[in-house]
Amino acid sequence: MSAPVLEVADLRVRLETPRGPAHVVDGLDYAVGAGETVAIVGESGSGKSVSVLALLGLLPASATVTGTASFGGRDLLAMSEAELRGVRGNGIGMVFQDPMTSLNPVLSVGRQLTEGLLAHGVVTGRAAARARAADLLADVGLPDPRGALERYPHELSGGMRQRVVIAIALAGEPRLLVADEATTALDVTVQAQIVDLVTRLQAEHGTAVVWITHDLGVVAGIADRVLVMYGGRCVEDGGVDDVFDAPAHPYTRGLLGALPARVDAQRGPGRRAPDLVAIAGTPPPPTELPRGCVFWPRCPVRGDVRCETEQPPLVRVGGTDPRPHRAATFYGREIP
Amino acid sequence: MTDDVLVRARDLQVHFPVRSKGLRRKVVGAVRAVDGVDLEVRRGETLGLVGESGCGKSTLGNALLRLVEPTGGTVEFDGADVTAMSRPALRALRRRAVMVFQDPYASLDPRATVGQTVAEPLQVHGLHPGARARASRVAELLELVGLDASVASRYPHEFSGGQRQRVGIARALAGEPDFVVCDEAIASLDVSVQAQVLNLLRRLQDQLGLTYLFVSHDLAAVRHVSDRIAVMYLGRVVEVGPAEQLAADPQHPYTQALLSAVPVPSPALERARRRTVLAGDVPSAAAVPSGCRFRTRCPHAFDPCPDVDPALQAVGAGQTAACHLHGVVGSREARV
Repeated sequence: MSAPVLEVADLRVRLETPRGPAHVVDGLDYAVGAGETVAIVGESGSGKSVSVLALLGLLPASATVTGTASFGGRDLLAMSEAELRGVRGNGIGMVFQDPMTSLNPVLSVGRQLTEGLLAHGVVTGRAAARARAADLLADVGLPDPRGALERYPHELSGGMRQRVVIAIALAGEPRLLVADEATTALDVTVQAQIVDLVTRLQAEHGTAVVWITHDLGVVAGIADRVLVMYGGRCVEDGGVDDVFDAPAHPYTRGLLGALPARVDAQRGPGRRAPDLVAIAGTPPPPTELPRGCVFWPRCPVRGDVRCETEQPPLVRVGGTDPRPHRAATFYGREIP
Repeated sequence: MTDDVLVRARDLQVHFPVRSKGLRRKVVGAVRAVDGVDLEVRRGETLGLVGESGCGKSTLGNALLRLVEPTGGTVEFDGADVTAMSRPALRALRRRAVMVFQDPYASLDPRATVGQTVAEPLQVHGLHPGARARASRVAELLELVGLDASVASRYPHEFSGGQRQRVGIARALAGEPDFVVCDEAIASLDVSVQAQVLNLLRRLQDQLGLTYLFVSHDLAAVRHVSDRIAVMYLGRVVEVGPAEQLAADPQHPYTQALLSAVPVPSPALERARRRTVLAGDVPSAAAVPSGCRFRTRCPHAFDPCPDVDPALQAVGAGQTAACHLHGVVGSREARV
C-alpha cells in the first residue's frame, strides 16, 4: 500500500472553558489513503468535528492541540498560519454542514469560486478563472453553470448551495476532502444526490475523504473504514463491514441497536416492531469526563472495577494486520 | 366504520397569502402549504406522516389541531367539526388533542420550573384543583415519562435534550388527551436518546390508549413506530398505507424515490442497492405544477400528468396512491 495521504497520531485537543479544561479530543490515531473514505462517527459532543478543525488550524487560539498530523510528509500541527493557508482549500478541501453559512451571502457564486482559484494560483487571469469556475460547477452537476456564476446563494436551493460548496472545496484539486456533516441539513433525496456526487468525484480524482457524521446509514454507504468516537476518544475502528457486522464495543453495539432500520429488519409482516435497544443516560459533557473508560457510566456490560479507574487500550479484535479492527476494551475478543 | 376514526380531514387547505411589495400589499398569490388533503387517523393507531422539508407536513399537523386556521375544507375530531368550533369548544379540544414539539430547548419556558410547566395545563383546564392535588398529579406525570418526581423544582437548563423532551411529553399528557401530534419530536436528539424517546412514546401509547400522528422526515423512525404511513409531497398526501406494506411495496413514484434515498445502516445492503435519484428540487408551494404536482420530477410522467390532478385510489389492501400509473380514473377536479 502506498503511503497514506493523511496520518494522524495521538491527536489531543484541550479547550479552556468557564467550567475548567475540556479534553475534547483525547488521543486519536488514524490514516486515510488515496481514494479511501474514513468516516468518523459520534454523537454531539463526541469531539468528531473538533478533531478535524484542529488539523486545519481552525480552532480558537485558546485551544491546545498536540500530536502529529502528517499530510504529504509535513506535519499540519507544526505549520505556521501562512503555511496552513496554503494547504486549506488547496491540498485539503472542506465542506461543512450548513451551506447557507459557509457561503458569503453578499458575493456571487462566481466571485466566491474564482477567489480561491486565483488566491491559490490554480489559474491566472480572471477570464481563465471564470472558465474554470464554470467547469467546476458543471462537474458538481449544477444546471446552467455559466448562468449560476452570476447567482447569489439565496437564489439557490439547499442542495444546489451544497454543490457550490463542494465545487469550491474541489477548486484547488485537493488530495484530501474533509466533509463535516455535509448532508445533515439536507433532505434525504438531496442527500442521496450529494453522496453520489462525492463518491463519483472521489473515484475520478482519487481524493482521500474524511467524512464526519452522526448518521450510520450514510456511513454504511460511503465509508471504507469507520472510527467511532465517544467522549473525545476512539472506542472502536475498523473496516466498515467489520464494525457493522461484528461491532465489538458496547457503545457501537448500542448505537447500532438504537437504529430503527436495523431493529425493524427482524420485524415480521403485520407484526409490531420490537423495542429499540436504547443506551441509558446521556453522553458526558467534555468538562466532566469520567475517569477510566469514558463509557462506563452508561455501559450495559461494565466488566469489573478496572472500567472505572483505568482507560481501556485499543486492542485488535479482528480485521487483517495493516488494517485491523480495534476496540477500546480490557477483554480483547472475549468481550462479554 | 365512522366510529373507529378519531380525526378526519376532508379536502383540507391551508393557503398563506403572498402579498405585493409597497403600500397596498395586494394579495398576488398563495403559498399552498396544505392543498386538498383527505386523511383519517384511526383510534389507537400511530399514523406516520412523512415528507421532505416544505411539503406541508407540520402545517397539516397544526391545522388538524387548529393551531393554524385552515382556509378550506373540514377537520372532524371525534365527530365534531373543529373548523366550526367556538372558543370554549376549542378550549375543550385543546385538552383532548395536544402537541409534542420538535425543539425541547425552545418549547419549554426557561423561567418556569419543570413542575410549573407540567402543571400549567392542569390549571388552564381546571383539573386536579388545589395545590396539593396538582403537585401529586405533576409527580405522577413526571414518573410516567421516566423522570424522578423530585425534578419538578428544577429548571429546563439543568436538563439534557432527551430529558427536556420527556418534560414536553409530560406536559402534553397532563390533561389525559386522546390524540397527540408529535411534530418532529425526536429530530433534535442524538441517536441513542432518540431510541429512548421512541420506546417511551410506544409504552405510553399502550398504557394510555393514545392515538398518534407522528410527523417526521425520518423514514426509518416513522416506519418503526407507525401502524400506517401517509406520504406528503407539495401540500398533498400522495400515498397512504399500512406501514410495512407501504415500505416494502410503495406504489407512488415519489414514495419509491423517497424510500430508495434513505440510507440503510448495512454496508452490504448499501452496496447492493439501486437508488432512484430524483432530479432537481421540489417546486415552490407558491407555484404548484398543473395536473400531478410530482410530474416535474417524476421518472414515469406521461400524457395525462400535466392535465389531470390524480386522486387517491386503491392500489392494495388498505393502500391508496394518487398516481395515473394506476389508471386515470377518479381524477380530482383541478383546483385553482
